[in-house]
Amino acid sequence: MTTVTDQFLPPQKPSEAVSGVTVRLAGDSGDGMQLLGTQLTNTSALAGNDVATFPDFPAEIRAPVGTRAGVSGFQVQFSAEQIFTPGDGVDALVVMNPAALVTNIGDLKKSGILIINSDSFGPKDLKLAKLDTNPLEDGTIEPYRSIKVSMSKMTLAAVEETGLSTKFAGRCKNFFAMGLVFWLYGRDVEPTLRFIEKKFSKKPEVAEANRRALKAGWNYGETTEDFASTYQVPKAELTPGTYRNVMGNQALAWGLVAASKLSKKELFLGSYPITPASDILHELSKHKNFGVRTFQAEDEIAAICSAIGAAFGGAMALTTSSGPGIALKGEGLGLALMLELPMLIVDVQRGGPSTGLPTKTEQSDLMMMMYGRNGESPLPIIAARSPSDCFMTAIEAWRVAVKFMTPVIIMSDGYIANGAEPWRIPDVSELPEIKVTHPAGAVEGEEFLPYSRNEDLARPWAVPGTPGLMHRVGGLEKQDGTGNVSYDPDNHQKMVQTRAEKVARVADFVDPIEVEGSDSGTLLISWGGTYGACHTAMKQAVAEGVSVGHVHCRWVSPFPANLGDVIAKYDRVLVAELNSGQLLTLLKSTYLVDAKGLNKVKGKPFQVSEVVDALKAISK
Amino acid sequence: MNAELPVLKAADFASDQDVRWCPGCGDYSILAQMKKVLAQTGASQENTVFISGIGCSSRFPYYMNTYGMHSIHGRAPAFASGLKSTRPELDVWVITGDGDALSIGGNHFMHIIRRNMDVNIVLFNNAIYGLTKGQYSPTSKQGAVTKSTPRGSIDFPLNPLSIAIAAEATFVARSIDTNIKHLVKTLTRASEHKGTSLIEVYQNCNIFNDGIWDYAKGKDTKDKSTVVLEHGQPLVFDGGSKGIRLNGFAPEIVDVVDDDHEGLLVHDEKSPSNQLAFLLSRMRHPEFPEPIGVFRAVERATYDDQINDQVDDARAEQQEGDLTKLFNSGDTWTVE
Repeated sequence: MTTVTDQFLPPQKPSEAVSGVTVRLAGDSGDGMQLLGTQLTNTSALAGNDVATFPDFPAEIRAPVGTRAGVSGFQVQFSAEQIFTPGDGVDALVVMNPAALVTNIGDLKKSGILIINSDSFGPKDLKLAKLDTNPLEDGTIEPYRSIKVSMSKMTLAAVEETGLSTKFAGRCKNFFAMGLVFWLYGRDVEPTLRFIEKKFSKKPEVAEANRRALKAGWNYGETTEDFASTYQVPKAELTPGTYRNVMGNQALAWGLVAASKLSKKELFLGSYPITPASDILHELSKHKNFGVRTFQAEDEIAAICSAIGAAFGGAMALTTSSGPGIALKGEGLGLALMLELPMLIVDVQRGGPSTGLPTKTEQSDLMMMMYGRNGESPLPIIAARSPSDCFMTAIEAWRVAVKFMTPVIIMSDGYIANGAEPWRIPDVSELPEIKVTHPAGAVEGEEFLPYSRNEDLARPWAVPGTPGLMHRVGGLEKQDGTGNVSYDPDNHQKMVQTRAEKVARVADFVDPIEVEGSDSGTLLISWGGTYGACHTAMKQAVAEGVSVGHVHCRWVSPFPANLGDVIAKYDRVLVAELNSGQLLTLLKSTYLVDAKGLNKVKGKPFQVSEVVDALKAISK
Repeated sequence: MNAELPVLKAADFASDQDVRWCPGCGDYSILAQMKKVLAQTGASQENTVFISGIGCSSRFPYYMNTYGMHSIHGRAPAFASGLKSTRPELDVWVITGDGDALSIGGNHFMHIIRRNMDVNIVLFNNAIYGLTKGQYSPTSKQGAVTKSTPRGSIDFPLNPLSIAIAAEATFVARSIDTNIKHLVKTLTRASEHKGTSLIEVYQNCNIFNDGIWDYAKGKDTKDKSTVVLEHGQPLVFDGGSKGIRLNGFAPEIVDVVDDDHEGLLVHDEKSPSNQLAFLLSRMRHPEFPEPIGVFRAVERATYDDQINDQVDDARAEQQEGDLTKLFNSGDTWTVE
């Protein structure tokens, strides 16, 4: 019996071993580039490579076809070494139309391979991309190894027998491109065939057409003389264990579910859809059998307020959003802080200000999360550093929230939310237990004080339904101990200081900051999703003989207890962040350090080379 | 053996905090009747929660010996929704005012009602902003001269009951702060209703808007200017001398002679359509007597029941969630 996989003959051409490859797939937003990229990522991870991805797509669901605004891209680096970024320069670029070509070719290495769907370079296509000349003929592609492939026509021919209409048959061309790319890098088609089977189980003719397109692309690589060889990326040496791919939002959602289980608290999410945070809502809404309740509120304000209501009732409460939504939640955040109830607020940052760049990444909400509330209102803030790190970030945030009875802010960003990387699946029994206690009832002869405090300055979490502990909470200043409304000046000062002190004490509970690299010279400081680029840049700089140490702030409020001591050891400090210098300002004011900033606000993550160049320049 | 539950009195629902509304404020009566209703209906202190927004009326939770939250302006329904969704066994009351519910909180007011969250909303309507000292509110009449409208308000007022009915409310009622018996009866009905119940209470602000509801309260005027709704009964008022009947789609006032109620509009709070309730909500003074009592009381599945049913169903169908199983779902690979 012949299986489908048998029809994909292993490449016969010579194969060249390379340590890592960065591939970018670019086409119209309707061309299925994200799907192609996801498949390539999963397959590469299954092949044992380390992988990192960067999906880059427009905010419009379907911008006008063929225009530059409608270009959707997906970059993936797969490597035999441990990697932390989706790569700087692109080794292979696949473009499905002229707009994709002109908007992406700048990132292709001079030695890079350019694979072009040559069927979409007619006069109309050029006009849509606002091009006066054809880039295939005007010298644009000359510096590169360009391979023009008649993808649309060959796809149509390959799927003709399935009887699909030309319109639907044409949509299979991403699978043709996939087949070609898979052949080029010796990737296993089996997982993709399984994916096709499952995804199109109700449309067998579409499944068949996609299989045929995939095979046609694969065979084209083997047949055409355009490719002399294929490339092999050996397995990466990763810590032993069972792995899977995760995207940041998915890992965050799973971390939240895990935290709920570990603390024996059912999860309540109050949320309002917003890019790029909505996938957390989607993911959590699937896990009702874990006791997860998701409430799609009427607006961002109701979302956080419903979460506070759930926290008052004793649930593990959560709200998720992005910058514009967080701005609306400010008053609710202040109340949550005043009520001293544990809950989580997730900000998946995107380009701002205002509506800004919804699908692009940025780290420009830090100051808003630090100070974007009325009054003196400090809150602990933890930032995830990579897609898989979102998992433990969620667990750590909830541990702090319940220990200190405070809302905790989790910061992520569009880059790690949508990026994917391998995740070593943890042994559930090794995850930390999260202890939560509620007072059981009134103690004979003792007045219940809802704002009394333990050694962590945490107040008791007495929930409705508990006999004898009836009490009222609210946004008016609380009298120390009783929680009654108080306008007493000294009490107000004391309460403001106590709330600040409580947040400050988080620094002693969480891990100190760790230095990677040199212990003198230049200190590189980063936070959030730029960890990968900064870590890689530090390693490169050190390899080139520059003395660079790197610290990454997981907690940005409060700062790690030892950060000041670490900073004092270095001659120069460079703070790299995707904003105009927000962490820099905080560090300067906290430690009076003459630090310099490496700042970028282009809606894109750092390239490793940008950070290396800055490290070299400052270290001179 | 059945343990005898302690019988609570109205006074047991009073907290130890001094009530700080202005002397003579209509809020005092509503507070007193609420305590009475809780005692009479056998409510428990620990399973009752009052959630309010911001405004004079929203100080209410501080005065109740129950659980309570004095939240932020206009958002009380959202807090109540989160609490009720996760703790459906609690009796949740929302205390709000005309500014809190209809202006800054208009959005939440509409959405909690359409979801039919099983909470009781008491809307203290005094047609003025009291706590901020006398600006016009969304229910102030056009022409109202207030601190912020020296030449008279040009805003067209909102009708809270019309909005609630249009938002598919399952229980809508109106009562009056000083009509003690009626208020107790109405609050009791609301507490018994499963689903969102809205009670608009005409409440007098004797400092900034004194006397606006006098027509509905005064000994000489109330019979002429209000009509008490009774399910299954014709709409008769002014000592039985006048009635309401329909002329096409519009109500009209007719004389009632010799108690002949033939042809009069008969109240049906259980009507599946909300048309009658809406029509009643449009009857405003001075053109019509204003209905007091229960406009609408129908059954519909509640949000809190359904969100919990979905969790129960998922657990029954997929078994209790297992982290290891979740993490290993989909493609995995092993590194030796």
